[in-house]
Amino acid sequence: MPLLEIKNLRVAFDTSVGEFIAVQGIDLSVDEREVLAIVGESGSGKSVSMLAVMGLLPDTATVTADSMTFNGRDLLTMTVEQRRKIIGRDIAMIFQEPIASLNPCFTVGFQIEEVLRVHMGMDRAQRRARAIELLQQVGIPEPEQRLSTFPHQMSGGQCQRVMIAIAIACNPKLLIADEPTTALDVTIQKQILDLLMRLQAEHGMGLIMITHNMGVVAETADRVVVQYKGRKMEEADVLSLFESPKSNYTKALLSALPDNATGDRLPTVSDFILDAPDGAPA
Amino acid sequence: MTNTVLEAKNIVRDYHVAGGLFTKARTVHAVKNVSFSVERGKTLAIVGESGCGKSTLARILTLIDAPTAGELFIADKKVDIAHAGLPPEMRRKVQIVFQNPYGSLNPRQKIGDVLGEPLKINTDMPASERRDRAMTMLQKVGLGPEHYNRYPHMFSGGQRQRIAIARALMLNPSLLVLDEPVSALDLSVQAQVLNLLADLQDEFQLTYVFISHDLSVVRYIADEVMVMYFGEAVEYGTRDEVFSNPQHSYTKTLFAATPRADVDSIRARLARKKTAA
Amino acid sequence: MSTETTAVPPKATARPGAVAEFWYYFSMNRGAVLGLVVFALLVLVAIFAPLIAPHAPNEQYRDALLTPPIWWENGTAKFILGTDAVGRDILSRLIFGARYSLFIGLVVVTFALTSGIILGVLAGYFGGWVDTLIMRIMDIILSFPSLLLALVLVAILGPGLFNAMLAIAVVLQPHFARLTRAAVMAEKNREYVVSARVAGAGHLRLMLVTILPNCLAPLIVQATLSFSNAILEAAALGFLGMGAQPPTPEWGTMLAAAREFILRAPWVVTFPGLAILITVLAINLIGDGLRDAFDPKLKRS
Repeated sequence: MPLLEIKNLRVAFDTSVGEFIAVQGIDLSVDEREVLAIVGESGSGKSVSMLAVMGLLPDTATVTADSMTFNGRDLLTMTVEQRRKIIGRDIAMIFQEPIASLNPCFTVGFQIEEVLRVHMGMDRAQRRARAIELLQQVGIPEPEQRLSTFPHQMSGGQCQRVMIAIAIACNPKLLIADEPTTALDVTIQKQILDLLMRLQAEHGMGLIMITHNMGVVAETADRVVVQYKGRKMEEADVLSLFESPKSNYTKALLSALPDNATGDRLPTVSDFILDAPDGAPA
Repeated sequence: MTNTVLEAKNIVRDYHVAGGLFTKARTVHAVKNVSFSVERGKTLAIVGESGCGKSTLARILTLIDAPTAGELFIADKKVDIAHAGLPPEMRRKVQIVFQNPYGSLNPRQKIGDVLGEPLKINTDMPASERRDRAMTMLQKVGLGPEHYNRYPHMFSGGQRQRIAIARALMLNPSLLVLDEPVSALDLSVQAQVLNLLADLQDEFQLTYVFISHDLSVVRYIADEVMVMYFGEAVEYGTRDEVFSNPQHSYTKTLFAATPRADVDSIRARLARKKTAA
Repeated sequence: MSTETTAVPPKATARPGAVAEFWYYFSMNRGAVLGLVVFALLVLVAIFAPLIAPHAPNEQYRDALLTPPIWWENGTAKFILGTDAVGRDILSRLIFGARYSLFIGLVVVTFALTSGIILGVLAGYFGGWVDTLIMRIMDIILSFPSLLLALVLVAILGPGLFNAMLAIAVVLQPHFARLTRAAVMAEKNREYVVSARVAGAGHLRLMLVTILPNCLAPLIVQATLSFSNAILEAAALGFLGMGAQPPTPEWGTMLAAAREFILRAPWVVTFPGLAILITVLAINLIGDGLRDAFDPKLKRS
């Protein structure tokens, strides 16, 4: 049984000029211990479907799906209260901007312990011990001292480590990482990806990696979903995706990589894309 | 006349951080003793991570800020904006394209005015001729005359970057400083803009200083590569030298950290994972 | 959680024009539209005052002193809102007073806006000692209670409508200077400004052509709110005898002249007071609407 399973997801936003369809007809599933990458460019709706799962979309969004289950439980019929117990505990999420994702007014320790208090009901001493343990796990040196620092005193990479510590605080079954390394330097990106992969293996989590970077996909994923303009273009295991892409869009993406440049000029998507779904949101 | 468009000798840039009530004044060395030269029609890539001083260097090369020490030659003429000021004909030779296509265009200026402004300031060309030139340039960068009267918010990121490039080219510069011009763009758009840059380089014999953190892009576009680390140029050579035989340990770290999107490395990774499990 | 991480911003396929978009957001605020209607009526009344007013503003009907309004006992249709202590028709005086109030608002805001923008742009653009000098002077002006400072200025310059306007402009001006400075400092380091510099634009062009138009939105809002402030302060100065001098039909001056009749003939005070209240409220509502329409946080794209 898959950990998270979504069938025929559709998300639309109300705007001043009518309805805007962000994603349509999306089927997704992640198993335990699996790393699924969702790849797409801006406007592909790759974040929207995960935000819909988390219930984090603004009020203007309308979410419909044939089914949406997590660990066998139906997320669609669940009350807000029940869903809140799952979100942040069994499903955790980290975002692109690590510094903006942490509250600048509170110390790192406070923000980690808050999650533990809300979801785990630990007492003060337990929380502190667990927070130190978490910081150690994500590779932050001198965790005892770090508990009392504020986010602005740390680098972007360290903030992202703290975000990961908060995300794994309650031993989630599924971690959703939305462009976790896009705002970071290459050397830091490497460290964060290594950390995520290590934690994923150690905890046996499912991991959904949302990214636009084919390199990140190649370095992390087991299975890949390619999205374009709100629709799924292709789903394949990582090796066959890179070896023999089926959809023209994937082919285009791969050949637009400067690494794979053969001639004088790079091929662009318009050289390939003939099967772009009509009527899909632009 | 030699073919060197840009030459920098021992460029240093220090920032003085004024002391507050409780902190001492201190000096930050943003660029330390950097030298290089670029020939006409070639591309020098400057690679480094955030805070390595590459954007400070870009501002110096674009003649926005003066270096603290060192000499800068553009087309064999010494430029010293701190003491001698900046003659207008020098100003026209160097132009810049920024990373963020959303911040680099004035939101209240129509595209036609964006392109016409450099001509209006620097020449006494009549309005009709400015308009013609702007139209021609729009077509050169792959946009159409119908875009002339639109505002920047009506364009996508890639289109805005095309407009920014067009604006930079309006004064026929010989040197274009490209500060991370494609890092904010989607992969497919990135390819289009890189192609456009290559086309324009061929057509106008442009010299590029291409600042980037993305090694795969650098490997594709550069003739020469300079790697910066904490304000110092730790590695400087032709592209093939640097990529095939990096000398400095930082360059090696950088190469090792760059994710690889080829089938062999995926195979290797999956194999590693299997043995670990 | 912000919507920034959302990969798909709801993008309008066909963008309405800037004016249409502005009106869309402005008209969502009912109060602002109401304020605009009231204000428009007021402007019309002020323009066509001689046609609308039933009497001349300063004509004294000696046989009809302190006549109550029409719906009171002894009221007459000749003086709809009654007359004051020297027999002048209150309605006519209010109608002509609208001219003064709008004129005061307009002149004061123009003065304050112009000088505030010039000082603010200089301070924000050049920074350093220019900034320190200008902003400390602004701080000193702001550290006085505004009415008190206006009073002192009028006392020095001598009472009169023009001097009162000048004094109020000086008092309101630091708000504009501060706002402009903050906006200019935020815009100054944007890349489009650097691009214009690289294109060869000089200081004056950068300040006025490149940066200033992008700073106008908050200034327009502040100008609207200052408009009503100016009317209020002018009325206050008039009430204290330092503003417009009798027999000018200015609303504050009318209030001052009616002080002693508050108990005997309440209409003499009520109507000028109501006129001030309605005008200021209408303009403030417009200001709020403008703020909503200009605030990018409320817009979705």
